[in-house]
Amino acid sequence: MLNFSKINIFFIYLIFFLISIFSILNLQFHDNKILDKKVNLGLDLQGGSYLLLEINSDSLVEEKIQSKVIPLKKLLKDNNLEYRNFKINNNSLVFSLKDLDKFELLFYSKKENLVNPYIDNYRSFELDYKKLDENYIEVMFSKFGLLTINNSALRQSIEIVRRRIDDVGTKEPTILQRGEKRILVELPGLKDPERIKKLLGKTAQLNFRLVSDNSEFGVDKLISENGETLEISKRIVMSGENLIDAQPSIQNQKNEPTVSFTLDRLGAQKFGRATSDNVGKRLAIVLDGKIISAPNINEPITSGKGMISGNFSFQEATDLALLLRSGALPTPLEVVEERTVGPDLGEDSIKSGITSLAVGFVLVILFMFYKYKIFGLVANTALIANLLMLIGVLTILEATLTLPGIAGIILTVGMAVDANVLIYERIREELKTEKSIIHAFDAGYSKAKITVLDANITTLIAAVILFAFGSGPVKGFAITLGIGIITTLFTAYFLARHLTSIIVLRNNHKDLKI
Amino acid sequence: MMKNINFVSQFKKANISSVIIFILSIFFIAFKGLNYGIDFKGGTLIELRTESPINSSLIRDTLNSMDLGDVNVKKFGKDGDYLIKVEQRENNNSNLIPEIKQTLSDNLNTEVDFRRVENVGPKVSSELLESSIIAISLALAAMLFYIWVRFEWQFSVGSIIALFHDVVITLGIFSVLSLEINLSIIAAVLTIVGYSMNDTVVIYDRIRENLFKYTKISISDVANLSINETLARTIITSVTTLLALVSIYILGGEILRGFSFAMILGVIIGTYSSIFVASPILKFFKVSYKTLEKEEEKIVP
Repeated sequence: MLNFSKINIFFIYLIFFLISIFSILNLQFHDNKILDKKVNLGLDLQGGSYLLLEINSDSLVEEKIQSKVIPLKKLLKDNNLEYRNFKINNNSLVFSLKDLDKFELLFYSKKENLVNPYIDNYRSFELDYKKLDENYIEVMFSKFGLLTINNSALRQSIEIVRRRIDDVGTKEPTILQRGEKRILVELPGLKDPERIKKLLGKTAQLNFRLVSDNSEFGVDKLISENGETLEISKRIVMSGENLIDAQPSIQNQKNEPTVSFTLDRLGAQKFGRATSDNVGKRLAIVLDGKIISAPNINEPITSGKGMISGNFSFQEATDLALLLRSGALPTPLEVVEERTVGPDLGEDSIKSGITSLAVGFVLVILFMFYKYKIFGLVANTALIANLLMLIGVLTILEATLTLPGIAGIILTVGMAVDANVLIYERIREELKTEKSIIHAFDAGYSKAKITVLDANITTLIAAVILFAFGSGPVKGFAITLGIGIITTLFTAYFLARHLTSIIVLRNNHKDLKI
Repeated sequence: MMKNINFVSQFKKANISSVIIFILSIFFIAFKGLNYGIDFKGGTLIELRTESPINSSLIRDTLNSMDLGDVNVKKFGKDGDYLIKVEQRENNNSNLIPEIKQTLSDNLNTEVDFRRVENVGPKVSSELLESSIIAISLALAAMLFYIWVRFEWQFSVGSIIALFHDVVITLGIFSVLSLEINLSIIAAVLTIVGYSMNDTVVIYDRIRENLFKYTKISISDVANLSINETLARTIITSVTTLLALVSIYILGGEILRGFSFAMILGVIIGTYSSIFVASPILKFFKVSYKTLEKEEEKIVP
């Protein structure tokens, strides 16, 4: 175990050098174009906000099932299927039907099925039905139909969230999908996430609807911005989808903040027609079911440009413009988890983390030197090399360092010497029976090998499981602990062994103590 | 060196006290319960620093006037640093945090810096608890499997009992002291599992080696010999690990204090259990080189 070929030595130091050189990259303060790698600081160290948002697709499912009513009725009529007692529930449609066999054939037809399309990638239909009692059947979305609705809502939501956050202009936000219903948002450096939370908390569904008391579509009773109850037609003249731009502006006459908007061609047409036909009536601007304002239509607006007023402050006008520009969220978002760390707490954490690392490191080094003298120095050299390599690997992976991650490094320092302790204690035992020092060292290394591996693999298992199940900062701990074990094995079994061999081979004839 | 301490003679005493402490721990966990933090219980946590020191009862009174339900205020490290915990309410008020911040800023008559704000909803907290329990169970199962592959089943049972012993007693002490259980404590418990296993494996490796080397002497004597042979290593590694941990405990700041405390407990209990719990179990199963040879025959047909 003490013999190293030149090529072995070359590779050991090459690997050590190549990996540990990366740890130096963290010291540079300026951007380096060639090798721009660094250990990222977690939000708990640099300060910032972490938000976990959840979509709720219930309302969307309700909407979608309603949109199936007309095509379904049409299908039944076109094929002379008699149905009765058609009822729309929250997420299903119920009706009675005589000819069930014929219905089943039509319902599960793969060709040009407008009611119940076949989703190829799931090998499933969008809808399912089940028999209730007698002739009643209930139509609802299949498992994969629901999944499709959910997934597209999630994708769309992520896109809108990204646009809204980019528009606010925070630095380097992270926006990721988490599971089937959640969006993770990390906003480094943000001290107070309230504005962002407010912006993400609104779906921002904008509708233009006429104020009228006799509408064939039915009416909603809504309260306007100045307190009067208005009956608003359910018919949507135009929705926010047709907006291509929105900007806050100041109306000159009253010096009042407003939002001016620009419509796409289709929107301009719709808007032009509606305003031409209804001059003199009032048009309500409804956002998320609330009236912003309901101005009179004085003249047709055909330019595709308009303005929304509503007693805004300038901040409100700015935020509304931002929401309208970024588009509506398909479903409301709920903040299910939120963690914000102020920048000064982050700084304090870095300071105390590094202080405890330095102190722990020095204590361990002194103790090892006291216990093993010259071989303690070897173990300590290996420990320093270990630390450099650990930081090097973290840099290569551009891993995120968290406060528990720093704790993981300190713990690695404490536990890393174990490998060398196991070996040295074994050598001490061998020296009692073995006369040749070289043989004793050799036997020590080979006999301790299995134990060292066993002992480290158990900790590695714990680290891997922690990484798989842990979240955020805890994951950071698992990363440093896990990588620490691998660098420990390398430094103990290659670097320290080589250094030991140099000492042993040079001092072979002397009375070498360990 | 102080080689050859008679550990085996102490096994009985140690085992009786282990069993008593283990049962007491379960009793406390079951009846007094664990003090779950907001990670697992849901709720809101606010760490704040005031410019001039104030009485923590002022914070408590201010918050009580807001009708928030169960509110917990305590000093947190330095003078002027406080940690506030507000329980989860059913009606999810999305404006809760800004309202609390505003009320505190208005009523405390001093500059307030909100250093940390966390809010965990009920869905997330129950998921975190679930995944933590899965993680710990999985870690125990993985250890069991690894030892079963590397050693024989008697060793596997012995090490897993030692692990249970460590985890339950650590949690029992947390229950007695009403210390908070949060995500970082779970990380600590998992690391303890790894560390304790590591310690047990070193002794087991030696016991197995010695069983084949000294076929004439009893398992008690082999265990005693093996524990003594590895004792120096056991102590030195515990010391270096504890040096690192105590350094985190004292200097690592308030956030890491619970974590490092759990780890310190775990290292001490884990070291003890490798000697006084894991080894006696091999004696109980009457492990000898013969039983081990039989096992090997089974594996190698």
